[in-house]
Amino acid sequence: MFELIGVPPQALFGQLLLGLINGAFYAVLSLGLALIFGLLNIINFTHGAQYMMGAFAAWLLLNLAGLGYWPALLLAPVIVGLTGVLIERFLLKRLRGLDPLYGLLLTFGLALIVEGAFRQVYGVSGLAYPVPPSLAGGVNLGFMFLPLYRGWVVLASIVACLVTWAVIERTRLGATLRAATENPALVQAFGVNVPRLVTLTYGFGVALAAFAGVLAAPIYSVHPLMGANLIIVVFAVVVIGGMGSILGSVLTGFGLGVVEGLTKVFWPEASNTVIFVIMAIVLLIKPAGLFGRAT
Amino acid sequence: MTAQLTVRDLEAWYGESHILHGMRFEVRKGEVATLLGRNGAGKTTTMRAIMGMLAQRKGSVGFEGVETIGLASHQIARLGIGFVPEERGIFASLSVRENLLLPPVVRQGGMGVSEIHALFPNLAARADSQGTKLSGGEQQMLAIARILRTGASLLLLDEPTEGLAPVIVEQIGALIRNLKNRGLTVLLVEQNFRFAARVADRHYVVEHGRVVDEVPGAMSSRDVEKLKTFLGV
Repeated sequence: MFELIGVPPQALFGQLLLGLINGAFYAVLSLGLALIFGLLNIINFTHGAQYMMGAFAAWLLLNLAGLGYWPALLLAPVIVGLTGVLIERFLLKRLRGLDPLYGLLLTFGLALIVEGAFRQVYGVSGLAYPVPPSLAGGVNLGFMFLPLYRGWVVLASIVACLVTWAVIERTRLGATLRAATENPALVQAFGVNVPRLVTLTYGFGVALAAFAGVLAAPIYSVHPLMGANLIIVVFAVVVIGGMGSILGSVLTGFGLGVVEGLTKVFWPEASNTVIFVIMAIVLLIKPAGLFGRAT
Repeated sequence: MTAQLTVRDLEAWYGESHILHGMRFEVRKGEVATLLGRNGAGKTTTMRAIMGMLAQRKGSVGFEGVETIGLASHQIARLGIGFVPEERGIFASLSVRENLLLPPVVRQGGMGVSEIHALFPNLAARADSQGTKLSGGEQQMLAIARILRTGASLLLLDEPTEGLAPVIVEQIGALIRNLKNRGLTVLLVEQNFRFAARVADRHYVVEHGRVVDEVPGAMSSRDVEKLKTFLGV
């Protein structure tokens, strides 16, 4: 078997796939964050907890209602998205017009409360969620073995990102959303119910996080703090891509996942910090982010 | 003719600053009325207060018999009032076509897209351009055109001639007369009173957040002198 710069191809492609999977989660999560920040001007620190809630919703649907993976993939985002609607209606709404710092503090506090509550009930050992039978096993691609479920996670994330992007860039609803991001008062004065649009956008961003959580459940164990660790990296991704840029956050998410995976192959010790190093460099050279517009 | 818009004792604030101090005026159905006044007199604030875009306003704004003071901005628009803001409000992240189609249709009887394109051929030719890539005059046409689509029967135009070349100002004047002939009502904010004199049926002079005088559209030379004093020109 040939080797690439002293690395067996199995290890290289294995890490590449892992990187793509991490990148898929980064992309879906930072897409939701970018959407929410664009319209609400709120840095949603609850996002990691909402991702965790998605995984838990899938676990609860399975263990309490006997509903398997596929119904959960649809239902969990809806349920968690509805909790997002309530949070926007009753809490975030009151922060409109205030400094984004207030939103950051409120959502950070909410994340602590939610994660603490789940830890209280479910402990910290983590719960197992089975891979759906239809996606068990894998295929040998010749150069590597691809577990089917992992391939599905990458595919589903790409589709979710593409559909979201297409709705925003190519539809009337998306045009209204972009306009409301630019000048909400004027869009409302045209007769658009902007407060409702804001609520639904937050709900959708949260639902995206929960969708990622369901995708993650069979790969990682379902754990109250599963989002707390991830969200820090996701925020670095958002900063690198540029806050509020939809396409930027998606591309940066996948790209950084791959960079992280490759670093694991060539310099394992640096793999946990490489994203933060890139963040520091981007902030020095292009403070608005790779895809961000300087304001 | 009956009043379509009735403003009574309208007070409004921008944050801590009290801008409108009891505005009173009315606009009759099918007429063109202007609010004339110096910079900072409260004309734009009056427009924004009518549209419900300010955090704090009180008094009474009646539109076709409906009291709007307690309504949200989008509900007011849906009664049939179209707003063309100062600076035009063309969205940079939207194409010309998307800008045109942005405001929802609020009533039957608005112009169709083909009718609008016949009236403003430039907008058809540049439908796929970024909205803010249009010239100032084209942006103003777009800002008015997108309201004509909605079927609104009262149009609020905030300084539509500001910063535009004389030939474009002429076109906008002709457009306003055309809209009046179609039976639309127009409330116009203007600094350029020569322009206002040519298009309007009635002028209200605004000073320090209230209406201090009313002048008929066809001004006598005495009216003109009086307005010049008010406007400081």
